[in-house]
Amino acid sequence: MRAYFDHNATTPVSASVLESLIAALGEVYGNASSIHQDGQVAKQRLEQARRQVAGRLGCDAREVIFLSGGTEANNLAIFGSVGGQGHVVTTSIEHPAVLNVCARLDTTYVPVGGNGIVDPDAIQDALRPDTGLISVMHANNETGTIQPIAEIARVARAAGVPFHVDGVQAFGKIPVDVKALGVDLYSVSGHKLYAPKGVGALYVKKGTRLKPQLFGGRHERELRPGTENVPGIIALGRAAADIRFGLMENLRDRLELGILRRVCGTGVNGDVAQRLPNTTNIYFDGFDSEAMVISLDLKGFAVSSGSACSSGAVEPSHVLLAMGLSKDRAKSSIRFSLGQSNTVEQVDALMDAVAQSAAHLRALSPTYTSA
Amino acid sequence: MSGGVDSSAVAGLLHRQGVKIVGLTMQLWNQRRLPEVAGEGGGAGRCCSLDDVYDARYVAQLLGIPYYVVNFEQRFEENVVKPFIDEYLAGRTPIPCTLCNNFIKFDQFLEMAEGVGAEKIATGHYARISFNDQTGRYEMRRSVDSGKDQTYFLFGLKQAQMAHTLFPLGEYTKPQVREMARELGIPVADKPDSQEICFVPNGDYAAFIDAYFKEQGIPPRQMRGEIVDREGQVLGEHDGVHHFTVGQRKGLRVTAREPLYVIETKPAEHQVIVGRSEDLLRATLVAADMNWISIAGVVAPMRAQVKIRHRHVAAQATLYPTADPARVEVRFDEPQRAVTPGQGAVMYSGDLVLGGGWIE
Repeated sequence: MRAYFDHNATTPVSASVLESLIAALGEVYGNASSIHQDGQVAKQRLEQARRQVAGRLGCDAREVIFLSGGTEANNLAIFGSVGGQGHVVTTSIEHPAVLNVCARLDTTYVPVGGNGIVDPDAIQDALRPDTGLISVMHANNETGTIQPIAEIARVARAAGVPFHVDGVQAFGKIPVDVKALGVDLYSVSGHKLYAPKGVGALYVKKGTRLKPQLFGGRHERELRPGTENVPGIIALGRAAADIRFGLMENLRDRLELGILRRVCGTGVNGDVAQRLPNTTNIYFDGFDSEAMVISLDLKGFAVSSGSACSSGAVEPSHVLLAMGLSKDRAKSSIRFSLGQSNTVEQVDALMDAVAQSAAHLRALSPTYTSA
Repeated sequence: MSGGVDSSAVAGLLHRQGVKIVGLTMQLWNQRRLPEVAGEGGGAGRCCSLDDVYDARYVAQLLGIPYYVVNFEQRFEENVVKPFIDEYLAGRTPIPCTLCNNFIKFDQFLEMAEGVGAEKIATGHYARISFNDQTGRYEMRRSVDSGKDQTYFLFGLKQAQMAHTLFPLGEYTKPQVREMARELGIPVADKPDSQEICFVPNGDYAAFIDAYFKEQGIPPRQMRGEIVDREGQVLGEHDGVHHFTVGQRKGLRVTAREPLYVIETKPAEHQVIVGRSEDLLRATLVAADMNWISIAGVVAPMRAQVKIRHRHVAAQATLYPTADPARVEVRFDEPQRAVTPGQGAVMYSGDLVLGGGWIE
């Protein structure tokens, strides 16, 4: 039996999405730009998907641009807003798909508190007259911590600076209303919500000035050329329509409390209240999480720690380090992220496996003594 | 699993024997660091290069075994790279492979393997381990393939480490291993052997040390010094004692009537002392931090063969215990050339590895 507890990395394609995807691959072959009926069918399905995604974002369908995924959405939002000049304000806990874009620009990285939450006043303080964009993630991929997006949006609006939100982890896990939040740009990735890899969306508020970063045909309001990935987009629309809330938190809490109760020297990283309902990030003092992740995998449980470098080896999480955790504690932390397929039985079995692995690893570790 | 033929063959061999195995590759060093010394292709084809990881992963996939890359970069830097540099700067010639074996592979890596649930680790080293019921000790022997024997680098292994280690290749010759790899359908069967120091491209360790200091923002110290003969007469200048090792002839840039060799380096005085070939001969040495493997130690003088560097043919000698049990005096029957501080002195009785220590 394998149990998958790494839904923040990616999700399996759901049965309902798979069905619409396969049907679309087989039947919706037209080019959505074509005049004929085959093309028109594709165009209709494309626009239906746009309405489905817009419905979940709380925006007008015309404000949704389809593209290849979260990374492209972030690149378009950031480079498209500030281009070669202009200053960007972001946080130190962003995903590499934002950090490594900002690294090519004049950027101020606002630190976060020990709870993993950025202070909107600190964003305010980082603004300069030439600031062209604020970019803050909605929820962090490693800790699940939710950022005060509405407050930061007020800061941005008062300063007249456009505000981009990387919503890749939040969209699908918590209700999102871009109008109520007051953001200008919002990135979405399909494979985090049971759609396939290679499709995503960017909300572009009507009137936002954005320059395309790819050049070609006149697709997607001339912001994103290239023949649309119609089956992928149909799948994303289906996945958006399928979003359900309120099912995950109990399971997550059962897992978290179970581990904290049964394994000493553990604790939760990041704010436990302002957090995605499916994520818990737990440190295990006394051993590196790398061995635990492998040991759990060999027992049939997929979990993760840190971020993978190009060889596949794991590096200490920059998010946990930015929250002020020691290097040792950052290296001893594991992320459990739940999803639709997880059951109470799986959670209980995972708890047993974690307790067993922790006892085994601590027995080997010469340095750890339970205080 | 390094992605090379030896560890791949080990995986294939054990898998064929029905042993339940997990493949692990240690990420030891980021080859994109130190661009000055990365060489052509940014270090491709070197140890820990992405290509090697791909090869190892592919072998694991062919065998259908679980496979992981584990990050030992920080531990490698602390336990191997930094001591390696410190040793050179202290005028000694270190053996990083032995440091890696002692502090990484058979220590922290073994611990990680046990942590993920393994009972033993198996590596592609050419050496043999067996248990002697009479003495109650694990013994180490040279590999069947004398040309590939790696026991010189393994003298630091403790009994508890040997109890959890398998060297399946010790019974085979390299051509047999390549043939075995080919039979098992392992795609790296014809891959060339790796070079001596995995993290130093082209073997230019002095350039590596200079680049490392630059990366760390350590200002280039006052490295320059004098090249002198045994009488203290100045013959020339040099760019730092870490460019020289005992027995070295090249790179001295000193003209003399007869060939000159480095016979000693004095880092405190920034001096490199040179002399004639016969000045390199030594009849004795002291090995410190002794680790005994196949025997518990020496209490009386004992005959042995002693190897003082990897490419040295073990020379007949007598081992004399000293007042300090961690130190042994080695008296060679014939004086040996270039006894180099920092290298290992490994003691054999025929094929049997008695133990080894560090040349003072």
